[in-house]
Amino acid sequence: MPGVPIVKLHDVLLVTIQDELLDYSVDELQQQITEQVVEQQARGVLIDISVLDVVDSFLARTLHDIAAATSLLAAKTVVVGMRPAVAITLVELGLVLAGLQTALSVEEALDILHEGGRPRRTARR
Amino acid sequence: MSETPPTTTVAITNETDIVHVRQAAREAAVTAGFSLVQQTKLVTAASELARNALVYGGGGRAEIAVEETSLTGTVRLTFVDSGPGIPDIEVAMTDGYTTGSGLGLGLGGARRLADRFTIDSAPGKGTRIELSITTRRKS
Repeated sequence: MPGVPIVKLHDVLLVTIQDELLDYSVDELQQQITEQVVEQQARGVLIDISVLDVVDSFLARTLHDIAAATSLLAAKTVVVGMRPAVAITLVELGLVLAGLQTALSVEEALDILHEGGRPRRTARR
Repeated sequence: MSETPPTTTVAITNETDIVHVRQAAREAAVTAGFSLVQQTKLVTAASELARNALVYGGGGRAEIAVEETSLTGTVRLTFVDSGPGIPDIEVAMTDGYTTGSGLGLGLGGARRLADRFTIDSAPGKGTRIELSITTRRKS
């Protein structure tokens, strides 16, 4: 299974998930992102999950953990492109991803990352 | 239901099989005429229970069956493992309870996503979980 590309755009890391992930790839991704934040001195991480038609509790927890870890490294993480059916399912599953910021588009996510602390949308706490 | 529905069996022995179970569940959901949201719920529940069977049950199998009538389409998923079993099902179903590294939402979450959910487990006897989601067909 190919790795997930992580591209640097100014001070933001763009992470575009391109395929369903195996659990160990999810763990690897978490490690790669946090390492890249430090190496590239990124201030923000944008994770695009629009290709995913399923987000289960394992992946959701990891996305939350990535956000928490990058936050310790002084970089904010925003998840982009969650499908409506995925959102409905996560709520029913009982997941409340406190602290995980989401945006509807890449543009909006970049706005959040650059506004610094005044996001227009925040995941429910 | 006039005849026994065909059943697809997927062995769960490694992480890749979790993806195989998801794919088989998705196909069944499409066959049964599920809406996109119902498909997503079924596949997510399948993913949670396949991982449970692998991580806690030491592997097992998933059986996926589609039952159709003129009015409804049902997908029934059965997960069987011969692992250590669950000593206290009530406790295991509680949100946030986990003996592993997960969120503890697998069992309780899967039950919420399903229309019907039964669990049969005892220490030393493995675990069998059956869940189904039914859609009403538009005529």
